Amino acid sequence: MFNIERWQEIFETIAKNPLRTVLTGLSVSSGIFILIILLGVAEGLKRGTKKQFEGDIPTKLYFAGRFTGKEYNGLNPNRKIKLNIKDYNNITSSFEDDIQYQTANFKRYNAQTSFEDKNGVYILFGVMPDHMQLENAYLIAGRYLSEKDLIEKAKVVVLGTRIVADLFKGKHDKAIGKRITINDVKYTVIGVTEDNGGEREDTYMFTPHSTMVQLYDNTNNAGSFQFTINPDEDYDKALAKSNQFGEMVIANLKKSHNIHPEDDRAIRFYNALKGGKDIYLMNTGMKIFFWGIGILTLLSGIVGVSNIMIIIVKERTKEIGIRKALGAQPKSIVAMILHESIFITTTSGFVGLFVALTLLEIVGPRIENDFIINPKVEFSVAVITVLMLIIAGAFAGYIPARKASKIKPIIALRDE
Amino acid sequence: MIKIQDLHKSYQMGENSLHVLKGINFEVKEGELVSIMGSSGSGKSTLLNILGILDEADQGTYTLDGTLIRNLNEKVAAQYRNKFLGFIFQSFNLINYKSALDNVSLPLYYQGVNRKERFERSMYYLEKVGLAKWSGHLPNELSGGQKQRVAIARALASDPKVLLADEPTGALDTKTSYEVMELIQKINDEGKTILIVTHEPDIAEMTKRIVNLKDGVIIDDTRIEPKKASLYV
Ligand SMILES: Nc1ncnc2c1ncn2[C@@H]1O[C@H](COP(=O)(O)OP(=O)(O)OP(=O)(O)O)[C@@H](O)[C@H]1O
Ligand SMILES: [Mg+2]
Repeated sequence: MFNIERWQEIFETIAKNPLRTVLTGLSVSSGIFILIILLGVAEGLKRGTKKQFEGDIPTKLYFAGRFTGKEYNGLNPNRKIKLNIKDYNNITSSFEDDIQYQTANFKRYNAQTSFEDKNGVYILFGVMPDHMQLENAYLIAGRYLSEKDLIEKAKVVVLGTRIVADLFKGKHDKAIGKRITINDVKYTVIGVTEDNGGEREDTYMFTPHSTMVQLYDNTNNAGSFQFTINPDEDYDKALAKSNQFGEMVIANLKKSHNIHPEDDRAIRFYNALKGGKDIYLMNTGMKIFFWGIGILTLLSGIVGVSNIMIIIVKERTKEIGIRKALGAQPKSIVAMILHESIFITTTSGFVGLFVALTLLEIVGPRIENDFIINPKVEFSVAVITVLMLIIAGAFAGYIPARKASKIKPIIALRDE
Repeated sequence: MIKIQDLHKSYQMGENSLHVLKGINFEVKEGELVSIMGSSGSGKSTLLNILGILDEADQGTYTLDGTLIRNLNEKVAAQYRNKFLGFIFQSFNLINYKSALDNVSLPLYYQGVNRKERFERSMYYLEKVGLAKWSGHLPNELSGGQKQRVAIARALASDPKVLLADEPTGALDTKTSYEVMELIQKINDEGKTILIVTHEPDIAEMTKRIVNLKDGVIIDDTRIEPKKASLYV
């Protein structure tokens, strides 16, 4: 393939046909530019829609203690079941591989809260670090609770935006590091969150679960538990998996709390996935949709590049006839056209790729929109796309080039 | 140098077949300067294309420099064209984005001659046709006569056995035509075998032999004393 004479011949041809070279290059690079941008936008749309429908993660499972409904082992019905931290640790250690996010949730209503001369009454939650993901909330300022806070039983608190509005006139950054009083205990504010769920959630305060348990309940009442399990592509599989998880957890809890195995009232269990089939199917639909877009854009790119190749070869028919009359062999004609077209498409293809990726890199993160989030294309995906276009272009060029190389010179040279 | 016997050629056009060459017998010795004349449609270009291995006869034999030309595949045909033949066309057929020098060196490129030698040899032929000063010019910067001289230099560059020219003066005015003929005579004087298709009697009179075609057969074949083109320039 490497033949210096041929390279020289090709560079001369390219250099002496600047218009054709620039036009070909431009159409190839703009085609690839558009393709990459489209792929990026599709990816952004995918993220956007995913976020839209993610309001509540559909695999969420919820466990809480209630009152027993049946007599068992000499214990009376209507006994209050309190889930404790040992139950929680048992579940998280035995189902480590299935659990995606986990938290225990200890609630305290009517928490008297004040900062300097301002005060209000809110709900105080003791939670684990995963709680933010589980509730689909996001940080506005500072940081969320950490494992370290949990271990140290730190007196730190994360505030909802409504509380910051009440106590700090809505200035999030001002709130960080301040010490506020909740039910006569002082806490340091470490972060501010906002919840997609609605206004009410923004009047919540979050402190480490261990801190709450220590302060408010010496019988080790851990509150309710929430988990999500690792997602599955297939809805039915995901449902089966989450049901199995729920049943095993309930069976374990019944055993450790002396509950009749057929008592359905004692443990409250809620599986969000049961109502989540539509969202699940929608996600699958979206995935197929965006794959479709990707493949169609790629196909149109291939058609575009192929078209250019066919036009170029057609335009050069007479030149090919001259070269053949002067002794060019068919295969040298094919090689010349392919060599040249691959060189141009590769060069301009990567220029288009580079420009598009740069644009996405600069503009992408600035796009704040409910439907498109950070449009981006993975570099490897982009390179493979460009290579596919080049190969397709070469194939598309090969067919007319071969045809041209077979044209009899007298026909190519005939004066029209 | 060239020997054809009982050459036939028909063109198929749908249902009809057009019998263009109907048994041509014809021989050209080395160093001859032959003109082929005849009315339009008499088959002059067809004959020349067959001689140039750009087309193939249906019947008959064609021997070029002792080699029988028959059923050649594309590859061998290209080799023979490159080695044995030089073409001069009515419409020049220069590659318009290549300079005069690059056009002339193209046959050498296909012979695998390296770049340096290619340019040296091409320059030699450009000098021979009086266009050394124009070597860097593109075809559209040259006059018709100059273009045809570049084409002649290109035909000579691969040092072929035979030059074939189809109406080389067809697109030129009288004065320029004579200049081109002067050059062709000079090349012939140096020993090159040349065949010219023309329908201009004054051009034919500048060759050493006139072959007249009519309705696909040779009706007349006369050797003459050529008029010196240089006297008319
Ligand atoms: N490729 C072709 N297909 C069909 N018919 C053809 C083809 N080439 C030539 N002919 C026909 O064959 C006949 C001879 O053509 P040719 O080109 O050899 O004539 P010519 O003597 O060169 O004429 P002119 O002086 O006009 O150039 C013409 O009738 C022409 O129409
Ligand atoms: Mg003709």
